Amino acid sequence: MFTQISASVIDGLLIGFVYGIAAMGLSLIWGVMRVINLAHGATMALGMFCIYYLFTDVGVNPYLGLLLVVVLALIFGFIIYMASLHRVIQAGYLYTLLATFAVNMIVIGIGTMVFSTSPRNVDFSLGSIDLGPIILQGTRLLAAGASVVITAALYLFLYFTRPGKAIRAVSDNRAAAELMGIPSSQVLALSFGLGTMLAAVAGGLTSTFFPFTILSGSTYQLKSFVICVLGGLGHPLGALFGGLILGGLEGIVPIFMPVSWVPVVEFGLFVLVLVVRPTGLMGAK
Amino acid sequence: MKRLGFSLLIALAGASLIFSACGKEAAKPKDFVLIGFTASKTGKLNVEATRQINGLNLWVEQVNKAGGIKMPDGKQIKVETKYYDDESNKDRVQELYTRLISSDKADFLVSPYSSGLTDAAAVIAQQNRKIMITAGAASDSTHTKGYALVFQSYTPASRYLTGAVDILLKLDPKAKKIAIIHENDKFSTDVAKALKKYAEGKGMQVPLFEGYDSGTTDFAPFINKIPQGVDAVMGGGHFADTTTFARQLYEKKVPTKMIALLVAPPEPKFAELGEACISVIGASQWEPLAKYSPEAAKAENVEWFGPTVPEFLKLYEDKYGKEEPSYHSGGGYAAGLILQKAIESAGSIDTEKVKAALDKEDMYTFFGRIKFNTTPKLQGLQEGHEMIYIQWQKDKQGKPVKAAVWPTAAATASPFVCPAR
Repeated sequence: MFTQISASVIDGLLIGFVYGIAAMGLSLIWGVMRVINLAHGATMALGMFCIYYLFTDVGVNPYLGLLLVVVLALIFGFIIYMASLHRVIQAGYLYTLLATFAVNMIVIGIGTMVFSTSPRNVDFSLGSIDLGPIILQGTRLLAAGASVVITAALYLFLYFTRPGKAIRAVSDNRAAAELMGIPSSQVLALSFGLGTMLAAVAGGLTSTFFPFTILSGSTYQLKSFVICVLGGLGHPLGALFGGLILGGLEGIVPIFMPVSWVPVVEFGLFVLVLVVRPTGLMGAK
Repeated sequence: MKRLGFSLLIALAGASLIFSACGKEAAKPKDFVLIGFTASKTGKLNVEATRQINGLNLWVEQVNKAGGIKMPDGKQIKVETKYYDDESNKDRVQELYTRLISSDKADFLVSPYSSGLTDAAAVIAQQNRKIMITAGAASDSTHTKGYALVFQSYTPASRYLTGAVDILLKLDPKAKKIAIIHENDKFSTDVAKALKKYAEGKGMQVPLFEGYDSGTTDFAPFINKIPQGVDAVMGGGHFADTTTFARQLYEKKVPTKMIALLVAPPEPKFAELGEACISVIGASQWEPLAKYSPEAAKAENVEWFGPTVPEFLKLYEDKYGKEEPSYHSGGGYAAGLILQKAIESAGSIDTEKVKAALDKEDMYTFFGRIKFNTTPKLQGLQEGHEMIYIQWQKDKQGKPVKAAVWPTAAATASPFVCPAR
């Protein structure tokens, strides 16, 4: 029993790291821009397809391919921001929500036309590592490692660089930041680009161990919302913490009850946190 | 006002004359038969459905090349088809089959691929009094609902994976425990329940019996639940999920003597898993290795109909290049043959007459024997057809190769126990 619990918890936590960086993107965009990004899932799916084509058609190692995904996703984020959000950013939550929803529908529509909804699989294996009775898949381990590196890089960027500090300043008080000479529009575009990049990277990492379609992003988007609420919206490190909680739950719950109960427990916790601590477990009181 | 009323009356009379003339035109016997179906060109059933449609299209091409379906009076009827992409989606299936019947005026229907989609389509066929041949659907339950016009070409789910238990007992007569992890859809659940019942009937235990949702990609929670000392892991669902399941079973190095899964293993694409596919057993509705022949049919005193196995293989490979037909392809072609034979026997495309011919049908084709249950409780359920079990083994160069391992009479190699991974 102990072995089973350990194996399940470790598997869950490894996935939790990837969930965490996906949610971090959503959380960053909300924290800085007060925008609920409904194109998050679609962006993740695009990240998956990027890795798929780079690996299958060009033969690029998926982890090297992530570097290109980072650049492409940043550019994609800037374009979406300029095309759909820049003009409505001051107009209120509903407008930005609808704008990102429209982007989501456009990406999924074009994606369905180009890629169809047939499942794809990045046929890449790193083998397994035996820890006695516990066996860990190499791709999951590396994805978790990459997630930790990305989180650390984001933390360093936000706290120790000028653009990072500018993002935090705009997040705290946009008007005051503008008065200090911070170009808030550029900061907002950068934040959206970073959020989009995190989503695409999370998608790319996920594609190395799970099959996917252009519609797969919606499942992870839903998980990202739950994670953001658990960790505290607008709190990127809280998102990683929330991801680990969700991953852990997905590992532990199936041991004691049928797997179909996992969403019931997850969303039960989601409602509980909303009622008891609406700012999230790591959010300010 | 009176004049206006009179003019309207004249106009109505004229229109009715024109329409009645059109009606007479439409009543003329048709010189073609229209077969309607949906194909999952996109969505999760894309691989299996495409092959099924390849098989069906090949049948259409062959029939028309020979001049059409031969009626007893010497006349020949050409075959035309109309299809839509159902996106592997049940709701789309019902909408599209309604359109095939009411707008396109299909004479006969062939089911989409998969039991779930077929069950959705069967209701529409029955409500509109159209005969439907189910090409890629093994679920028994579609045939327990009193549908009189739905005829199955596959071996039903209740007999789908039971042979795997026999193989296990042959490999290890002391085997006691089987873990069953199956997709939560209609077909896989039917198969899994029948498998569990059969295994328990043989005195075995099923310590894990759990279903997963159709979109599942992470099987780690299920694999971690497999108890120690399990002799076999069986189950799966359709191609996409079962392939992922097989891959993760390999990566997690599950210690077991046998892995037997649904649908995916017989597909040639399954070999793309490399080492992960080795030793996996799959139940197949048909294999190119199948030994059905007109001579064997004659020995059983059953009529042979259509091409022989080598003829079918040649036709298929000539049309689709090097692609080897899977049982989905064979099932598509066989659905056409079933309908062709019934129309020929009935000498008509009238639904009632063709239904009576289907009820009486008993023949061997390259796909195996075809015979339907005609009792009211299980109308249309396939009774004649048998499964073939394959196992992925290694050829001399170490590449994955499919071998028929069960039943013994059809076997091209002996099954072996899963190697330590």
